Parts: sequence; structure tokens; C-alpha cells
Amino acid sequence: MELNNLTAHELIQKINNKETTPQDIVASLHKRIKEKDAQVKAYVRSDELIDPTHIAGIPVSIKDNICTDGYNTECCSKVLEGFKPPYNATVIEKIKAAGHSFLGLKLNMDEFAFGSSTENSHFGPTHNPWNLNCVPGGSSGGSAASVAADEAIWALGSDTGGSIRQPASFCGIVGLKPTYGRVSRFGLIAFASSLDQIGPLTKDVRDAALLTNIISGHDANDSTSINCAIPDFTKSLINDVHSLKIGIPKEYFVEGLDPEVKKVAEESIEKLKNLGAQFKEVSLPHTEYAVPVYYIIATAEASSNLARFDGVQYGFRADSSNLIEMYKKTRAQGFGEEVKRRILLGTFALSHGYYDAYYLKALKVRTLIKQDFDNVFKDFDCIITPTSPTAAFEIGEKTDDPLKMYLSDIYTISANLAGIPAISLPCGFTKKGLPVGLQVLGKHLDEEMLFRVAYTYEQNTEWHKMKPKL
Amino acid sequence: MSYEVVIGLEVHLQLKTKTKAFCACSTEFGKEPNTQVCPVCLGFPGSLPVFNKTVLDYAIKVALALNCKVQEYTKFDRKNYFYPDLPKNYQISQFDLPLSSNGFIDIVSEGIEKRIGITRVHIEEDAGKLIHQDDLSLIDFNRTGIPLLEIVSEPDISSAQESHDYLSTLKNILEYLDVSDCDMEKGTLRCDANISLRPIGSKNLGVKTELKNMNSFKGVKDALNYEIQRQSALLDLNEALTQETRLWDPKASKTFTMRTKEGAKDYRYFPEPDLPPFIIKVDKISEIKASIPELPKEKMQRFISDYGISEYDSKVLVASKRDAFFAEECIKAYPNKDKKAIVNWFIGPLLSEANNRAKALADLGISIENLLSLVTFVEREEISHLSAKAVLTEVLDSAKSPEEIIREKNLIQVSDSGAIKNIMEEVIKENAKSVLDYKAGKSNALMFLVGQVMRKSGGKTNPKIVQELLKTRLGDA
Repeated sequence: MELNNLTAHELIQKINNKETTPQDIVASLHKRIKEKDAQVKAYVRSDELIDPTHIAGIPVSIKDNICTDGYNTECCSKVLEGFKPPYNATVIEKIKAAGHSFLGLKLNMDEFAFGSSTENSHFGPTHNPWNLNCVPGGSSGGSAASVAADEAIWALGSDTGGSIRQPASFCGIVGLKPTYGRVSRFGLIAFASSLDQIGPLTKDVRDAALLTNIISGHDANDSTSINCAIPDFTKSLINDVHSLKIGIPKEYFVEGLDPEVKKVAEESIEKLKNLGAQFKEVSLPHTEYAVPVYYIIATAEASSNLARFDGVQYGFRADSSNLIEMYKKTRAQGFGEEVKRRILLGTFALSHGYYDAYYLKALKVRTLIKQDFDNVFKDFDCIITPTSPTAAFEIGEKTDDPLKMYLSDIYTISANLAGIPAISLPCGFTKKGLPVGLQVLGKHLDEEMLFRVAYTYEQNTEWHKMKPKL
Repeated sequence: MSYEVVIGLEVHLQLKTKTKAFCACSTEFGKEPNTQVCPVCLGFPGSLPVFNKTVLDYAIKVALALNCKVQEYTKFDRKNYFYPDLPKNYQISQFDLPLSSNGFIDIVSEGIEKRIGITRVHIEEDAGKLIHQDDLSLIDFNRTGIPLLEIVSEPDISSAQESHDYLSTLKNILEYLDVSDCDMEKGTLRCDANISLRPIGSKNLGVKTELKNMNSFKGVKDALNYEIQRQSALLDLNEALTQETRLWDPKASKTFTMRTKEGAKDYRYFPEPDLPPFIIKVDKISEIKASIPELPKEKMQRFISDYGISEYDSKVLVASKRDAFFAEECIKAYPNKDKKAIVNWFIGPLLSEANNRAKALADLGISIENLLSLVTFVEREEISHLSAKAVLTEVLDSAKSPEEIIREKNLIQVSDSGAIKNIMEEVIKENAKSVLDYKAGKSNALMFLVGQVMRKSGGKTNPKIVQELLKTRLGDA
């Protein structure tokens, strides 16, 4: 078996047994990328393979919005053309400190992580390895597709409203959005600061636990990071869900949920029931407001976060004869359609006279959504839902209808609003052979429960071993 | 027609913390452009602010000294606007939950005491500096992210002079707190003004103008006086005023329109998501309160009660923190219980030397020892007041001790009556008319004769003794 097909924990074993070296692993990945990435397009700026200046451990593939010292980090946007940050994100420093390294190539994404399909990339879309006509999900589509296509061993993505979990679901891999504050955001180019979290996309649950161990922890450079002890998440890989109380939110199994996805999710729930878990229907009554609340808060924050891309200091600057013209042209030419749409939405939501009706109200409803979860978690260990209402859709299918596209994140957004952790893991396939993901949501800082439930399900199923034919 | 003037002042104060408000860069002034910068204050993508807690301590100190209520729960907000000196294109500031509000300071303006309300004191970050060279604009980001306090007064100020006195009093308090250089020329203290006029007795506020670009206290006063004239002239003609922002041009001594209300900005404030709201514990507030030094007003009252200094003189002494501290050190070191003599030295010769040299009292360079030694010479009547003043000047010029100078110049007073009598006889001979005047009952004439004796002796005779001797001599005659 080729090295690139293996999981990180299998490769660590091999390195420990002196059966392989980190250099061999990078070579194997480069070979695979050369062979397959022309179809998948998981990586960007990949005309030439960059040899990482530092190779150690198991190389992590990195989304294009996570700063890597000396390597292009452009958020797949023209406006950041040529931007090489002079610093590493904290997660990169942690990966290095843990004896690993990162691939110099960066992964494709929706521009500034605005999207659910990776079609909004300045570099063009990534293709789903299970069906090249389909999207890999987004915004961490490159991360998910690279792992699914064995062009990456493991990858980092970011999740603001489902951007790790939905592509993990579409590509049949594992993706975790940690508790807000569990992982430092320093060096993650912000989309919506109060929602963004970096997390792992991996081939199995053990790798997710390993990578979460590495990247978690308080960071003095991020005032929103939580100062608490980090458990060893591999200790949570317990094959036992006996008598765990799991809630099934009734608001998630309604119109809009694809019948095939529904069937697959129900079969997975049945499986966990047979393994001893106790299921009960619960209610998250404010679920219907999650998408509108999200699109107010996320775009409001984004409109401000993206103001700095003005052509003054770095990235793209349009030719212009004066300051105002420089601002206008740089931003008009540098940002894609979806970015402009969200900046306008967010600017509107914060405008004088509209702030109370939109932004302030959204903040209040956000609190109610959080309380919904608090109430359920008084009696339940975790909540299980499908990750996305559908499996991967075709490239171009939803690009003309942003509202339809936004609904792809309807099951994932609430976890970001509430700040709680959530994991997506493969749980079956549609008739067309597209993967379906199961989402487990947990209490604040209780990733351990997610790993335990996910691991138990994984150990008793074969879905995670399925590979796309490329 | 005469109008009531309504003025509110907005002061921006740079805090002199070692590092910037949200990163570890140095705040040192006058360094090479763009050498005191890092990804955070340059607003590079992915960088995050981390609040410098010293800024909070300083800010609370100022708030308390200005009698504000410090909020227990406060937060940062983003103020969004595009400008090249603002690298993130938003400023971290405070909007609806400022650090503190509802304070006041008491000022004395043209002899009348008045309380001026402080609306709020909040924390924000400074922007960079634009340098325009020919057709190029360059940016220096060294100043970006330096902590600022915005101190907003109530519209309680009713004249340009009052504005000036408010600023002086405020600056004086801030100096005592030792949290800022308070230097308008260096821009560590900046002031904008809101001014409107209304007919006397009217309850409605007039249309206001915001004034910017005043670089000195005098500039503030001049700009406001100009604006009062401009606005009253328009109102006299029944012309409508526009709400606008005007810039003061000190060279032209005029204000010019910068932008009108229609061009007013919508800053789209919202809570800064990168910095969680924070709670200020009551303990912390009392701890900082306890650390606040004696402020000018209290010091002045103490100077009056402890040292018997007049109110006027006390006010002069506390007007500068360093002068007040220097004066008090000397006063304390002065051994006599009655401090009048040493105080008079400060109010008299020292202050006039300071004025002549355009220096602060504390910068004159005289040591406490030298000053006390000089005062002692006078008290023992070993030298005259007149010579003492000359000695002081020389001490300041030469860095020699008073003793050395007195010895070198042989200034010890002649108290020996024999020597004085000889000079006195000469003077009586030469000034027969004055002697007659004195005998005719003109007491002024005696002082004239004393002066003549002093002059002849080169200021070395003791005037008291001369006076006694003269009286006796002329009475005898």
C-alpha cells in the first residue's frame, strides 16, 4: 500500500518502526498530487510542487487562510495575491512543536471561507473525489478533498458555520469543529471572529483526536482562547456508547432533508441504539432562526474584518490615481462576487438605523440558540443530526441561488453560534455513491464525548475505509 | 445681539505605557518611521489584539481623578472607517459601555469657581501619521496602536477663556497622575471642540460646529473666539448655520469647513469580537483609587493650611507638578516653623528668575542646600535682600554655592556701627535738604537717606541698623 493512503497514526507507527521516513511520506504525497490533483484541484498554486523547507513527522496540509511563515497565504482571493505572512499561525507552531511539519502547498477554499462548495475560490472549484462533477463542500473543500483523495494524510480547515463538517461529510471523512476558544485563532485570517475555529479533517477518528491534541490549548496571542487543561483526546477513543443519552432534535428532521440522507442517518442512529445508546427526541426550538442570525452576525463581522484589504500595505493593489479610487478599484477587482455580497450585507446590518433591528436582535437570538443547547445538555450527553441536508451537489447547481446554498449549512451553523464542539463522520452513501455525514454535537469543551461516540460508531462500521476511485 | 456660548471639549490623551495598547511594540516617540511596528499594530491578516492591562490601570486612575464612575462591566467596540493611517480600517474604541462616565472637575476662570461635567472617559487606540511629500503620501505606523484616552466634557463651558482654564486644570490633574506627557505640541494631548451659540435665555441649543486641528491651548482659545465671532455675525444677520466640522488654521487665524453634516460618517460601531468584554472588580478600583497621588486642588489647600501660603501663591506653586514638589521639598527642609520666609523666596526671587529664564522652578538647577543656605544668610542678616537676589542669580549662572559667592564678593553686611556712622555722616553732609525734610516731619526722607547709606556701602550695610542709627543721630541733632 502506498504511504499516502495511510492514516497519520499508521504512519507514526511506521516511522517509529523505522519502516518509513517523513521524507518518503512527502514524496509519496507529491507523487499523488502530481497524478491526481489536476482532476481534484484540492491544492492551489500547485503548478510547481514546493518542497517544504522543513520536513518532520507527518505533514499536515493547510487551508489557504491559515498563515504559514514565508509561504503564500491568500484565502484564495485575488486581493491577497502574493501575500506571504512573516509569521506562523499558532496552530502551525504547535504542529512544529509536536514534531510534525506542513506541506508548503496550500489547500483550496471558498474565497475568505465564504461559501459551502469551494466554487467561490479565485483559483476555481475543487472537485469531489467521489464524483468529479460534484462539489467537495466548503469552505474547507480543498482540505476535505485532499484527505479523501489521499493527496493529504491529514489537514487543517476552519469552520465558521460548517466549513469543516459539511465538506468532511461531502467527502466521506472525519471533520471536527472544536469548542470556540479551544484552538487559537492567531494566524487564521478572520472571516467572523466570534464564530471561526480551526479544526482537523482526517481519515479516521483517531487521527482527528491526535491532531486535536496537537492544536488545542490556550494562547496568550488570542484573547478569546480558553485557558483550561487539555485532555488527551486519544483516551476518549473508547468503543462503548452503552447507556449514553443522545438527543435527536426534531427540528432537524423536517422538510428540506433529503430522504436518502434521512434514511442513512436513521440507520446510523439505529446502529448506535444497537450498541447500547439511548435515543430520545429533543427540541431546539430556535433552530429556524439559526441561518438568518448567522448571516447577520457573520457578515457584520466579516464586513469589518475584510476592511483591511485596501491595497495599502500588502496583496493586490489596482492602478489608480488617488486614494479613493485605489480603495474602490482594489476592492472591486480584488474581491469575488460572494465576498462583495457578504460585505454589503454586513455593512447594511451594522448601519445606523438598522443596527438594532438586525445586528442587536441577532445577538439576542444567538443567546436563545445557545440556551436551547444548554437546556438539552442538562439531560443528554450529546446530540446527533445529519451533517448536511443533502449529499454533495453538482458543481454549478446552486451558484445562482445564494439562499439555497446557505441552507446547505442549516444543521452545522448552530454549533458555531453556540460555541459548542461538533464532529462529522462518514455514515453511509447515497444510491449515487456519494458519502453522507453524521454530526455529533457536544457540550462546551466536551470533545471527549464526541470522540467516544464517533469512535464507537466507526469501530462498528466500515464507511471510513471506503476510498473513492480516482 | 449677545449670545450664550455653549462649548464641549473632547480631549485625546496618549498614555505613556511602555508598550502599545494591543501589542508589545514600544511607544517611544521620535523613532525612525515604521520601526515600532508588528503584525498586530499593522493589522496584518490573522493577527489578533491582546489588551495591555497597564492601559486599564492608567485609564481607571484618570477616570477616578476626574470623579467618574468606573463601570464594572465594559467592552471594546470597533469604529469602522477607511483611512490609510488606520491599518485595519477600523479603530478599537469603546462605544455604548465606556470605561467610565459622569465625572467632573472644578475650575477657576476669571476668579469664579465652576464645575465642568465629564461625560465619559474611554480607551481607544491611536492611528498612524500621514506624511505628505510632493505628490506622495507616506505613512508612519509607529504611533498606530498607542493607547489613547478620550475625555469628553459636558457642554458646560461658556467661553473661550473657560475652555483654556478647563484644559489647564485638566492637564494639571493629568500631570499629577503621571500617566501621560500631556504635550500638545508632540500630540500626546489633543483637543477638539464643539461650539454653538444661542440667544441668552433660550433653552434650545443652537447649531453646533466641531472644531479640529488646534495644536495648543492658545489655539483652542483663538479658534473658539474666532468661531464665536463668526457664528454671532451670522446669527445677527439671521443667517442659518450649518452643522459642520471646521479646521482651525493657525496661520490665517481662521476656521475652514472640513465637512458638513451630510458628509457625517456612519462608523457602524459593533462589539470587538477579538476582545471579550471584561469585568473590573471593585477591589481593583479601590486599589487604584488608593494609588492616586494628592491632586493639585488638595495640594493647594494643604499649602494654605500647613504652610500659611496665600491662596494665590499656592495656586501659582501647584500649577506645575514638578514645581510644587520641588517647592514642598524645600519648604519641608526649611527648619523654621514659620514658613513665610522660604515661601516668599519661591513666590518672589525664584519665580522671577524662572520667568526670566523661561524655565520651570524645578528646572532652575538650584539645590535645596544652596537655597536654604542663601535664605539663612538673609535671616541672620549677614547679607541684605538686595545682595541675596544678586547671589541667587549668580548661583544659577555659575553653579557655585552662595557661600563661595558671598565670600568672593565680600558681601557680608556691615553691622559695625562705627563703620556705618562714618558713611552716615558723609550722607548727612551731602543731603542737607533731605535731613531738613525729615526734621520737618517727612518720614519718606528717612528712607531716602537709608537708601543713600546702603548705596554708598555697596549694599553691605544692614538697613535696619542704618535706620536706627540715623533716627538717633538726627533726633540728637
